[in-house]
Amino acid sequence: MFQTIPADAPPAHAATALPILQLVGVRKMFGGFAAVEGIDLDVREGEFLTIVGPSGSGKTTLLRMLAGMDQPSEGNITLRGELINDMPPNRRPTCLVFQSLALFPHKSVGENIAFALKVKGVDAATRKKRALELMRVVRLPDNYHDKNVMKCSGGERQRVALARAFAYDPDVLFFDEPLSALDYKLKKALEKELKDLHRETGKTFIYITHSLEEAMVMSDRIGVMRAGKLVQVGTPEEIYGAPVDRFVSEFVGEVNTLKMTRAGAEWHGVDVPGTFTLAPPKDGAALDEAFVVIRPEYMRFLAPGDRADNRLSGAVYNEYSLGSRIQYQVRVGEKVMLVELSRAHALAPGASREVTIGWDAADAFTLGS
Amino acid sequence: MADIALARAPETAREIRHARRLSVGAKCAMPVAVLLGIGFLAPMVAILAYSFATPRSFDVFRSFTLENFAGLFDPANTVWLSFAWSVGFALFTVAILAVVAYPIAYGLNAVFGRWAGLISVLFVFPLFVSENVRLYGWVLFFIKNGVLDGTLRWLGFSGGPEVLYTPGVTLFGMAYTYLPFMLFPMTLGLALVPRDLVDAARDLGAGRLLIWREIELPLAMPGILIGMLLTFVLAVGATAEAKILGGQSIIVISHDIEIAFTYSQNWPLGSALAVVVSVFIAALTLVALSKLDLDRMLGRR
Repeated sequence: MFQTIPADAPPAHAATALPILQLVGVRKMFGGFAAVEGIDLDVREGEFLTIVGPSGSGKTTLLRMLAGMDQPSEGNITLRGELINDMPPNRRPTCLVFQSLALFPHKSVGENIAFALKVKGVDAATRKKRALELMRVVRLPDNYHDKNVMKCSGGERQRVALARAFAYDPDVLFFDEPLSALDYKLKKALEKELKDLHRETGKTFIYITHSLEEAMVMSDRIGVMRAGKLVQVGTPEEIYGAPVDRFVSEFVGEVNTLKMTRAGAEWHGVDVPGTFTLAPPKDGAALDEAFVVIRPEYMRFLAPGDRADNRLSGAVYNEYSLGSRIQYQVRVGEKVMLVELSRAHALAPGASREVTIGWDAADAFTLGS
Repeated sequence: MADIALARAPETAREIRHARRLSVGAKCAMPVAVLLGIGFLAPMVAILAYSFATPRSFDVFRSFTLENFAGLFDPANTVWLSFAWSVGFALFTVAILAVVAYPIAYGLNAVFGRWAGLISVLFVFPLFVSENVRLYGWVLFFIKNGVLDGTLRWLGFSGGPEVLYTPGVTLFGMAYTYLPFMLFPMTLGLALVPRDLVDAARDLGAGRLLIWREIELPLAMPGILIGMLLTFVLAVGATAEAKILGGQSIIVISHDIEIAFTYSQNWPLGSALAVVVSVFIAALTLVALSKLDLDRMLGRR
């Protein structure tokens, strides 16, 4: 069934990069409303793909179609080349870990995990053996086998849900924000464990979340969804380093966005006064109007004589501690700019609040929309 | 008026203590406690006392004898037959209703959609009409030259079946009367089965039958059991169906009790019978309730 791959083995997706799931023009209409609009996506065998988007972006609808709980209104979903649009969930070699986890409250931990085996008609002794094996994989102690699943803690239930899905031995595992109800520390720990399990089992994981932070930690690739469309698909580095538009860049985290207009060879600020130097847009488009996106950590305070491609004058009116970093809110005219510095580079307590901030063109994105 | 005066100026230390001891909760519970004391506890005490009184007398609280009970357990007495009819018919009613109500309850939850509300109301509606009136309605339906018989004759058949005043029609009447009491707890029970769990079971490869056996039925069981208990308790005490529809083709235990209190004027015997039936039903109810996890049923896990 499933075997454990040594931790030092390379990720499975590196070796076999064939598409296991293929979506072509997938659409889902609810009445006159398109929850999912024309999605094309190739999911590679063994990869950890995360679909991320705000609530209402259609990511859960997409997942329900992949799991077989909803049927697409248009388009095709193929699994290893086989059309599975109308294949019911109980016949698909896929398994979903629900947001609510959907554990069976009247069954023990072991019975929950072995449910898929019971369905297949596996005898009780083998079921127990297999359940214990899987409990070790998800780091649950053996004596939990007979424990009532409702008496387990949040993190333990998470592991039970995971083991139950593994017991089905699916080719693809879907996750519908299963970590969203957990506290921050546990969530962080489980994110890493999930990543480890992905590598150890070599299965294809498709994960849905609204938190890009979660996606960044775990994924091989990230797909960003907005209003039913996949806006960008790429590695975490690509999403972070080369967002295709303002939506993606702002979704990645807090950013400074400045609107600019071009007059000949010069760019003029719309929200802030001055002329600015812009890096050429990544797609090489010729723009008359552009948005410059600068991450707060690429902004810095300029002392007299410091050089920077672009500069703005303003006044610090707020500062927040982010632990090891400090975020400053600097008012430049009507616009508020964010500057994030490590504690070592913080403004001295007595320093003037009237500051000059600046950034280099190469550290910012120039986007058309 | 006297109470208000007392509250303003308590006269003795004992009264002050008393006024302080009565918590808000106790005060709020007062009206229902009084009602239960007079309307529920007092008759029970009276019945219990009468069951130990001298047979065929009204010497309640003044005499003590076990004769009434001894009479019931005398092999020569045929009261056990009435008891058997009552319990047997109640069990049959529960079994029939479980089978009939389950599909309706399932439909109300998962199939009927926006019609579910209206259909529920239709099932409640008969409860607004007195049970006896409804049963006489059925008599008119089944009686010779009645609705069924007359219609069949008019259509050219040889007439309706002669079912009135048989044990069978008594059972029918009981199933009809107690349907809502099975249906609504069952519907509630089924409503408490989370949709996610059914989806999850299906996703893990289970088919319809397996999902029903492994997930839906066990999770809906508290509601189903409450429905069964309720209908059983009501059906054991049923008397109108046997009398009106069954035409006394069978005698049920509550009918015996009624006779003892009315025609034979033997209150101690009727009381003893009532006590035996009450103890039997109470014991059964307690056993069933001890197996129920009401907290889970109400989602307070």
